[in-house]
Amino acid sequence: MDDSKLFNLKVVTPNRIFYEGAVEMVELKTTEGDIGILKGHIPLTAVVSPGALIIKETDDTKEAALIDGIVRILQDSVTILAQSCEWPDEIDINRANEAKIRAERRLSGQEGEVNFQRAELALKRSITRLEVADKYK
Amino acid sequence: MASMRDIKRRKGSIQSTQQITKAMKLVSTVKLQHAKTGAEQTKPYSDCMYETISQVLKKAGNIDHRYLKPGESDKAAIIVITSNKGLAGGYNSNVIKMITGSDIEPAKAMVYAVGRKGKEALARRGYNIAADYCEVINTPLFSDACKIGKDVLEGFANGEFGEIYLAYTRFKNTVSHIPTMLKLLPVQIESKENEAKDEKPTIDDLTLMNFEPDADEALDMIIPNYINSLIYGALIEAVASENGARMQAMDSATSNAEEMISDLSLKYNRARQASITQELTEIVAGASAIN
Repeated sequence: MDDSKLFNLKVVTPNRIFYEGAVEMVELKTTEGDIGILKGHIPLTAVVSPGALIIKETDDTKEAALIDGIVRILQDSVTILAQSCEWPDEIDINRANEAKIRAERRLSGQEGEVNFQRAELALKRSITRLEVADKYK
Repeated sequence: MASMRDIKRRKGSIQSTQQITKAMKLVSTVKLQHAKTGAEQTKPYSDCMYETISQVLKKAGNIDHRYLKPGESDKAAIIVITSNKGLAGGYNSNVIKMITGSDIEPAKAMVYAVGRKGKEALARRGYNIAADYCEVINTPLFSDACKIGKDVLEGFANGEFGEIYLAYTRFKNTVSHIPTMLKLLPVQIESKENEAKDEKPTIDDLTLMNFEPDADEALDMIIPNYINSLIYGALIEAVASENGARMQAMDSATSNAEEMISDLSLKYNRARQASITQELTEIVAGASAIN
């Protein structure tokens, strides 16, 4: 594999630098839908919505649960500023399950719109975590 | 000269105070180490966030966004980060002095207080306390920062105030902590970047930034994120500064106690010597009277 296809990816969360390295492709979910990023993407700033983050390295593929944040894409570097990002083995399945049930209960009840939005986001987050964790059990 | 018993009692009380200050110094040293690692881990995120925001705004051209211009109200919100506990030298009073010394009038300020000391001192001086997050400073979490950020942004959106400031103590290193006042909203990116931009612009600087969703909506999401990260960074740094300041204060208290104890020991020995001499003189005088 030649290096010309690689670009620099940096995933930063408030508590640590989650990932830093040269990668071939990154897939993630923005508010407008899924995007895959290769080298030479046009400059783009997008808002991340909860979803799986797939990192393709030269000979390995990694997956993580990416929760809320922003992604900034430049010619040869991508920076993801995430509120939280977790590898599959770091995810607490029980907690995610509980959060999912809680959010579902709240959604079925009749409450204000703000709570509705929050519950929906919480549900998305928990589902993302569960999905990523499920694949790597 | 004070009696021997008085001096001894005084020495004892200073000694026990010294034990306390010594213990407090050790505790804050440990806490400082924790807080310092915390601050170091947060730094990349805050730095990245700042860099992103400044680049985004620079490239975005002239966007007319509500977070980028001052609100109509002439009031200002100040998020004041101090500690819940005292005995930290000038740590709390420096932050408060900075606020009272600034050109924001007490009547026009809404204080969002983090930390009991700042809240009490500002309330005494006639500032308006809008909210109180005293528990947060013990162990600041990112979600706490988000909550404070959300509250102030709500107030800004409702037109309760037109500017938001963040007052905290920056942790430069273990011995140097600088009280800092930062303007959160409207967003201001310092112009120092323009001065440093004499070197050749890279391709990244020349291309126009795209937004998804469009610039307005994206900034709506990004700026709150930016503010949350600034608040979080400030909380973490303030905790580190607090423990650093307390460590220094307790260190000097311990060495002052040491000095006083040695002074008192000298006085005690002198008094003891004097009393022995006196006794001897009395005995000798008594003996010579008999003969």
